[in-house]
Amino acid sequence: MAKQVFHHTFDNGLTLIAENMPHVRSATVNIIVPAGCAYDPANMPGISSVLSEIILRGAGKNNSKELSLAMDGIGLDRSCSAGTNHIRLWGATLSRNLPKTIDLFADIVLKPHLPKSDVESVKMLAVQEIMSIEDDPKQKVMLALRKNHFPSPLGNDRRGTLEGLKAITHDALTKFWKKNFRPSGTIISVAGNIEWEPLKAQVEKLFGKWKGGDVPALKLSPGKGGTSHITKDTQQVQIGIAYPSVTYGHKDFYAAIGAVNVLSGGMSSRLFTEVREKRGLCYSVWASYQNFKEVAAVICYAGTTTDMAQETLDVTLKQIANLTKGIKEEEVKRLKIGLKSSMLIQEESSSARAGSIAVDWYYLGRVRPLEEIQKAIDSITTKSILSHVKEYNPKEFTIVTLGNKQLKYGK
Amino acid sequence: MTFHQQQCSNGLTIIGEVIPEARSAAVGFFVRTGSRDETVEESGVSHFLEHMLFKGTKKRDAAQVNKDFDKIGANYNAFTSEENTVFYASTLPEYHQDATEILADILRPSLRSADFEMEKKVIIEEIGMYEDNPGWMVFDHARKLFFADHPLGNSVLGTTQSIIDLKRDQMLDYFQRRYIASNITLVASGNFEWDKFLKKAEKLTTNWKFGMARRDHIRQTSGSAEFKLLEKKTTTQQNVVMICPGPPAASPLRYAANLFAMILGDQSGSRLYWSLVDSGLAESADCSFHEYDGAGAFYTSFSCDPKQTHKNLEIVIKQIHELITKGITEEELEQAKSKVLSRIVRAGEKTMNRLQEVGMTWVYLRKYKSVDEDMQTYEKVNLRQMQQLIERYPLLRLTTTAMGPLAKLKMPDIPKQPKVPNAQHS
Repeated sequence: MAKQVFHHTFDNGLTLIAENMPHVRSATVNIIVPAGCAYDPANMPGISSVLSEIILRGAGKNNSKELSLAMDGIGLDRSCSAGTNHIRLWGATLSRNLPKTIDLFADIVLKPHLPKSDVESVKMLAVQEIMSIEDDPKQKVMLALRKNHFPSPLGNDRRGTLEGLKAITHDALTKFWKKNFRPSGTIISVAGNIEWEPLKAQVEKLFGKWKGGDVPALKLSPGKGGTSHITKDTQQVQIGIAYPSVTYGHKDFYAAIGAVNVLSGGMSSRLFTEVREKRGLCYSVWASYQNFKEVAAVICYAGTTTDMAQETLDVTLKQIANLTKGIKEEEVKRLKIGLKSSMLIQEESSSARAGSIAVDWYYLGRVRPLEEIQKAIDSITTKSILSHVKEYNPKEFTIVTLGNKQLKYGK
Repeated sequence: MTFHQQQCSNGLTIIGEVIPEARSAAVGFFVRTGSRDETVEESGVSHFLEHMLFKGTKKRDAAQVNKDFDKIGANYNAFTSEENTVFYASTLPEYHQDATEILADILRPSLRSADFEMEKKVIIEEIGMYEDNPGWMVFDHARKLFFADHPLGNSVLGTTQSIIDLKRDQMLDYFQRRYIASNITLVASGNFEWDKFLKKAEKLTTNWKFGMARRDHIRQTSGSAEFKLLEKKTTTQQNVVMICPGPPAASPLRYAANLFAMILGDQSGSRLYWSLVDSGLAESADCSFHEYDGAGAFYTSFSCDPKQTHKNLEIVIKQIHELITKGITEEELEQAKSKVLSRIVRAGEKTMNRLQEVGMTWVYLRKYKSVDEDMQTYEKVNLRQMQQLIERYPLLRLTTTAMGPLAKLKMPDIPKQPKVPNAQHS
């Protein structure tokens, strides 16, 4: 039952990676194209997101309805969405339907109709998506936090702005697609019960003649950081906190992941224990690691009623600061088991694997074998975490709060 | 895959599905109790009690429960619905026995007063969180409006006031009534050894009390058919939920009902997708089938620009009307089936999903269905059964709740339940 990972980079720069999982009956295809919202023109923020919606509305010989029927006919659950760096086309189905899926996905990437008649309705959807953020205070605060913390354009929200959406035309969409859809920087990752050679041959046949230049470098300008408050009449105050961490592949990467897990790895971790279990301050509190190639951060969230908000913020910041005061052996033991479990249990899901191997390839240019990850997890110690948090002890936090009362942000 | 079952002398049922090729093993206690089993004074107690189970036992305090789960790298949690409270954990195979031990232990909680008061605060925070989320709130209101005096209309969370008023002794009383062995099913799925698991589980639960837990008022309802507009000035989008009756969990039509919901309102390629989302009239539209003990319902929902609400209501009504009068096409049914089959296979690859599926199927049907059997059942659904569903349930008897900035909204006229044309036999 040995699993195998394959990869091939075609002459035009397109990368295909695949993991064979003989114990499953499904297959997942994941195509990431370097056309995310970081490449949105300054006057049209939101265009990559609009493109990710309209691109499914007909491709190759199929119009919108026919394409949808063809995908439903093979039980293909799919989505296409814009992220920061990429537009991601994702689909999962039974492995016997994999070739048909690749055919349809090749049409979507290479021969989308981008029908003019649908531009208005797709824009209407995009406007509603922006409006609905107002009804989701948690999402609103986290978007503001990303925007303030990460350098632009990495912190931008893929949804764009109402003004940006207004400016988008059919012409602009077509141009954006032509300019940014290119084989170089595109990764096709497939996981499941698959055969490599036929897959490779099919991808070569469909994508081999695809042309395009290199992915342009992004010009980054620093986020504004600092603290800010959004006034809104809500039951709860939403709190978002961010501070810098090391990037994927950095020598300290696993120590950094260890530190985040000491804070928020399970229900016995520090934030959950101190903020919720001991003080009953909130229902939801967590920290997680988020990264780009250029920068990475630890992002924390807590939502709590107005009266408890100040204490929640203070206790959360204190827990982050306390990391440098010491890490317990039992904490490290627990988080290592947790990391190992999620790594191994991920093997049950073709969807999770298709995602993971693409992430590895994008950041590292290779797929890490299980043994390597296992070894890296084993190497986490109280000492490695402690020396990491001391070296990267956050001096500046980006904080955004939302609610009907402004908080004091301490020192 | 092999299935095993055992009825213990105290009434506890233990079942297991062994999947040797799985990477993990999952275990869960399915307690047949939820908000529908609460009295008015106890509103919210099922969910609050679910939280309290993690606050400790005779041998563990709250911190120890969390530590012991984390020590084995368990992915664990619990949820409460109208009818079930489920505690579960999945781990690597070597920790399956440990996970079973911790879960069995927390199923006999101490319910200490200090923990009770502390957790009360957390529950109130959880209610506050949902109250800030109109997309969630509208469902709670809609269910209440549809079920009216039927106990399935009871709120799972309760209200801030009902939680403040709740006493520890009321919770203890509820626990003693509902958490008796015969009302609980212990379920395992994944890579584990049945004999070893059974022996351990029996030993852990042998002292659990024998007795009977009743569930009252098991009956169908066709809903109030009312319309309610809830004005919430601070929101920007209008959220709408329309509920109509459907078959109960034990009905053979449940499979047809799931396919019907998919044809009407699946995310992709459904009638509502084409009429509301593709055109940009609604940001999202969905239909899902919810099955309960003795009752069932279709929840159709959408979220949109408030100005568009009236027109969208008309469109939903028209789509349902057309499904009733013109029927479902063979092609549509096949599409829906291929989507369901693909989802069953993919869900079946994760033991955590299998645990839920095997557990719920047992709780409602006292049956086991393997992934393949489940698929075969869906494959066999034909147009005649779809037609039976349409004939038997008044799908246009809609109870509608709209929440958002609108101060006024006229509910469009709903055509009378049309005469259904004769079923096409296939």
